[in-house]
Amino acid sequence: MNAIEFILAGMLAAATPFLLAALGELVVERAGVLNLGVEGLMALGAALAFIVVYHGGGHFLGFVAAGLGSAVLALIFAAITLGFRANQVATGLAIGILGQGLSALFGKTYESLTVKGLPKLSIPGLSDIPIVGGLFVQDIVVWLSIAATVTIWAMFAYSKIGLVVRAVGENPKAAHAIGYHVIAVRFAAVAFGGAMAGFAGAYAAIVYTPLWADGMIAGRGWIAIALVVFGTWLTGRIFLGACLFGAVSLMSLAAQATGLNVPSQLLASLPYLVTIIVLGIISADRRLLKLNGVASLGEPFER
Amino acid sequence: MSALSATFLPTLVRRERASLAATLAAPFIALSVTTVLNLGLYVLMGRNPVDVFYAMLLEPFLSWASFSEVLLKAGPLLLIAQGLAIGFRAKVFNIGAEGQFILGAIFASAIPIWFPEATGQWIWPLMLILGVLGGALWASLTAFWRVRLNANEILVSLMLSLVAAQLLNYLLLGPWKDPNGFNFPQSVMFQYDAMVPILISGTRVNVSLLITIALSLAAWVFMQKSFAGYKLQVGGLAPRAAGYAGFKESRAIWLSLLIGGCAAGLAGAAEVAGPLGQLQRSISTGYGYSAIIVAYLGGLHPIGIVVSALFMAALYIGGDNAMVSANLPIAAVRVFQGSLLLAYLVAIAFVRYRFEWRRAAYRGQP
Repeated sequence: MNAIEFILAGMLAAATPFLLAALGELVVERAGVLNLGVEGLMALGAALAFIVVYHGGGHFLGFVAAGLGSAVLALIFAAITLGFRANQVATGLAIGILGQGLSALFGKTYESLTVKGLPKLSIPGLSDIPIVGGLFVQDIVVWLSIAATVTIWAMFAYSKIGLVVRAVGENPKAAHAIGYHVIAVRFAAVAFGGAMAGFAGAYAAIVYTPLWADGMIAGRGWIAIALVVFGTWLTGRIFLGACLFGAVSLMSLAAQATGLNVPSQLLASLPYLVTIIVLGIISADRRLLKLNGVASLGEPFER
Repeated sequence: MSALSATFLPTLVRRERASLAATLAAPFIALSVTTVLNLGLYVLMGRNPVDVFYAMLLEPFLSWASFSEVLLKAGPLLLIAQGLAIGFRAKVFNIGAEGQFILGAIFASAIPIWFPEATGQWIWPLMLILGVLGGALWASLTAFWRVRLNANEILVSLMLSLVAAQLLNYLLLGPWKDPNGFNFPQSVMFQYDAMVPILISGTRVNVSLLITIALSLAAWVFMQKSFAGYKLQVGGLAPRAAGYAGFKESRAIWLSLLIGGCAAGLAGAAEVAGPLGQLQRSISTGYGYSAIIVAYLGGLHPIGIVVSALFMAALYIGGDNAMVSANLPIAAVRVFQGSLLLAYLVAIAFVRYRFEWRRAAYRGQP
């Protein structure tokens, strides 16, 4: 297997934690809320999922526990920012610290333990194609994540729910005036974002690298937030961005395996450096951000 | 849906003036609530809450030996938080102080690592200055990205912190590793003159505490008395008004980030030239993130921050105590910190708003 085949085969799985968390944050931000606690939500989900699977609960229950747990933590964020109108940046940071703390606390006795991942399902025919065949051999969660991407894209493009979420994010006063309950929509969006971050953490801990280590999320929640900006709040571009980051994180593995004479720390920083550079390139185009950005992002709604 | 909100959701009405007493009481009320909730969590974990309470929140203040350790820990937290608070008031969210702190430590360590034989009382002051430069340099990357490339400073500064942690690892496992250090990821021990002189004999508290107190005073003068500080605050509270008054946003961003970076860099330098005495991995234990909580808990006010930094330092020392005496995982400190900031944000909402359990439209009717 050469490097390109290796990256193509592993890219989607590596991208899945980024993708799930970023899709969740996309819905949150489209509703006009900025939740910076994704890293902590993912960490909590990862710990809960790992504990459930380790004790024989199975992967499905693991994902359910992660989704529920992180959604509850996200609802605390919603109650404080939407109910008490607290600063979203500070609250998000606090939720992040709390989530990482709870994750470390719950995971304490599971350090370095492992669980079994999930089997890969291949699409007959397509998976036999040379070079790109590896793309079509993935576990069930990857396939479901791609389905979720399409669903969310369609929701924003065609459905009334998508339209209501966007209206609440663009102009909450107008949405309120025509009878939508802005706060309720935002609560729902934040809970959804929390559950997705929980799934993302669960995937990282019980499927992608099924081994518990404190701090295993390693900045992926923050990159997911950056991905929403990279994708300029568009579902398709966020998917591409997640694939890019999946490939970048594999590139460092591939380079280490081939014995390339580059310090491993430089390779480990590669995703962060790419984030900084791409963020600079995309943000420099102010017109692009204005065109697709969410008008009321981060602002509390006052009737 | 709106019938539901009429009965169950209160309307928030902004108070004309926030009362000073309520503002001062808010962090203490938040602390009480957080303590009760966290002790409840420890009970669920099967720990004796009285033991934990004693070890975590009382013991740090009960003996001079442990209180001097609190003072030692409070130094970097106080310094970083003072720098960050200035930026937060201008609504410039530098959350990458951890990275700026690490770079300060790395820059300061260059002298004793490259010139281990050098002697003279010029060494430690020069190290502190280099630390300031290192922190400022790392922060200036974020400022450049924000001002020139319009990139979000929260994300960029955080990513740079993660890069800084890797840079530290690289140095300690590679070029700066102590050749006689049994392969531990740490540098050589620094020479005597590379250490900040001890201030209170018998403890590890050194002269950098005086510098920190002096800089806290300077922060107070800057924010409450100077025109430059006033311009920053206006930029944070009313960006449009600041624009009309000709206060440049780009200047505010550069100033906020550079102040934050200098303070964090100095704190990093003071750590390696103080309690650590060498560059090691444990330099990065999350001071940069805790300082964010310290800054908010202190109401972003230079005097409030002094109190909150002391408390947060005590929590660190107390967390270590509780780990030993009550077998409490050290992660409990992070949980406490996060929930404390959340409780504070709720408490401060009660200071800012009145909660009315009537629908706004009905007001004034019988």
